[in-house]
Amino acid sequence: MADGATRERVPAVEGWFSIGDAPALIGNRCTSCGTVFFPKASNFCRNPDCNGEVFADAELSRTGTVWSYTDAQYQPPPPYIPRGDPYQPFAIAAVELEAEQMVVLGQVADGFGIADLHVGSRVELVVETLYSDDERDYLVYRWKPLS
Amino acid sequence: MSDVVIAGVGMHPWGKWGRNFVEYGVAAARAALADAGIAWRDVQLVSGADTMRNGYPGYVSGATFAQALGWTGARVASSYAACASGATALEVARAEILAGRCEVALVVGADTTPKGFLAPNAGDRPDDPDWLRFRLLGATNPTYFALYARRRMALYGATETDFAMVRAKNGRHGLENPNARYRKAFSVDEVLASAMVADPLRLLEICATSDGGAAVVLTSAEWAAKRGTEKPVAVRAISTVTPAFPQTVIEMPNFSTDSGVAVPDAVTPFKSAIAAAAYEEAGIGPEDLSLAEVYDLSSALELDWYEDIGLCKAGEAEQLLHDGDTAIGGRIPVNPSGGLACFGEAVPAQALAQVCEVAWQLRGQAGARQVEGAAVGITANQGLFGHGSAVLLSV
Repeated sequence: MADGATRERVPAVEGWFSIGDAPALIGNRCTSCGTVFFPKASNFCRNPDCNGEVFADAELSRTGTVWSYTDAQYQPPPPYIPRGDPYQPFAIAAVELEAEQMVVLGQVADGFGIADLHVGSRVELVVETLYSDDERDYLVYRWKPLS
Repeated sequence: MSDVVIAGVGMHPWGKWGRNFVEYGVAAARAALADAGIAWRDVQLVSGADTMRNGYPGYVSGATFAQALGWTGARVASSYAACASGATALEVARAEILAGRCEVALVVGADTTPKGFLAPNAGDRPDDPDWLRFRLLGATNPTYFALYARRRMALYGATETDFAMVRAKNGRHGLENPNARYRKAFSVDEVLASAMVADPLRLLEICATSDGGAAVVLTSAEWAAKRGTEKPVAVRAISTVTPAFPQTVIEMPNFSTDSGVAVPDAVTPFKSAIAAAAYEEAGIGPEDLSLAEVYDLSSALELDWYEDIGLCKAGEAEQLLHDGDTAIGGRIPVNPSGGLACFGEAVPAQALAQVCEVAWQLRGQAGARQVEGAAVGITANQGLFGHGSAVLLSV
C-alpha cells in the first residue's frame, strides 16, 4: 500500500449489502410474520397485524425485474457527491424482487443507461464505486442490466 | 350537512421574491380576513402550516403568524405534513370548530424556498432516508416523478406528447391567474423542446419551488349565517389518510416499497384512498364534481390523479385529456388555476392555494379562468412520508 496501488474499498453505508463475487442486498426478516425489510427494520415490525420485535438478517434476491427507470441528467444537490467534473449523468432503476414481493431503488451500473432498460427487463445486483477521496473508494449497490 | 364553511380566502402571489416567509403569510392572512369581512381580533384560533426551511419560526408557524398579526390571546396550532401541511392545518381548524371550541379560525401557510432541486436539510444524517437517498442514489424529487411517468408509459402507452399536452393545458389555464408565478403559454412542441431532466420528464414538466402564501378563514356555518357572510363555501370533507400496509408503490424518499410477503396488497392503492375517504365522508362521488385541483408535481402525475380521484378508469386518462374534458370549457376541468406547473411549489402554502382556487371557482369569482356553473370541487395532494390530503367543497 506504500505505493498507493491498493486503495481501501469501503461501503458508503454500513451493513446494507455484501461485497464479493456474488454481492447481495442485506435486509432482514421479521421472525414472527416473515415480512422482509430493506433497509433493515429494527425494534418493531411495520406489519400492522404483527407485534414482532426480532429480526433475522436476510440476503435479498440478486436478480429482479425493472418496475420503472429514469436518469439524472443534472447533478443532484448535496449530500450527493459527484464522482468527477464534468458531471456524468447516471440511470436509476426501481426493481421488483419476486420472492420478497418488494421494489428496491438503485443506481444503474456504470456503462449502462436508460437505452439499456425497459419495464420488465431483468437486472442483477453489483457493487461499484459511488465516490472516492484521497484514500478510499466508497462502494454502493447497483443494478446491472442482464442481456 | 356541512357545519363548517370557508368565509374568506387570500393569497400572496407566488414567485421567487426572496423575502421572509412571514411577510407572505401575513399578506395572505390579511387578504383572507378582508375577503371574509372579519377583523383579526375576531379570530379565535390560528392554525399554521409549517415550513422546514426557514428556521425556528417556520416550525411554530401558527405562533409566528399570530405574533406578526399582533398577539390577541387567540389559541394556536402548528402542523407539518410536507406537501399536505395546509390540509392538515385546515383539518385542525375544522376539528376545533366542529368540537365547539371556537367559531372563527384562520389557517395560514407560507414558504420561502431556495433555488434549484429541493435538497434535504444540511448536516450528516445517515439514519434519515431523505438524506440517504441523495447521498447513496442521487435520487431527487424528479427521480420519483419520472419513475411514475415511465411506468405509466409502459402500462398504458402514454407518450411524451401526452405529458407535454398536460403542461400546455395548464399553461393556458394559468395565463389568467394573477397569483401564478409563470404566466406564459407553451405549445406542445415548446414543452418537448425543453431540456430533459429525468427521462421522460423535461424542465417545463417538473414543478419548480416557489415563494408564496395562502390563507383560509373557516367559521361555523351558524356563525357565518348570523354574520350574513356572502357566498360561504361548505367544507364537505377533509381527508388526511395514510397508506395501508403493504404500500407497494415506491414513495419519496424511500429506498423500497413494503414487502407483500405476509399481507396481501391493499384493495385501494394509497392515492385512490385519499380521494375515496373524502367522497365517503361527503356522500358524494366523482360524477358530482365540477372541477378538481390536483398536485401536478409533474405533467405525467396529473394523468395519474385523473384516475386516482375517479374521473376515469385506470389507463383512460390520456383519452380524457385528448377529448379536452379536463380543460376549462370541458366536462371536468382539472387545475383551472394553472396548477403547480404555473405556480411552482410553496410547500406549506400549496394545499391551501388549491383550496383558495376551488373556493373562488365555486363563488364564481375566478375571472377569465372561471369554470361555468361550478358547484362542487375537490383538491388532492400527497405529501412526503405518507401524507394524503383531499378537500371537498361545495356551494
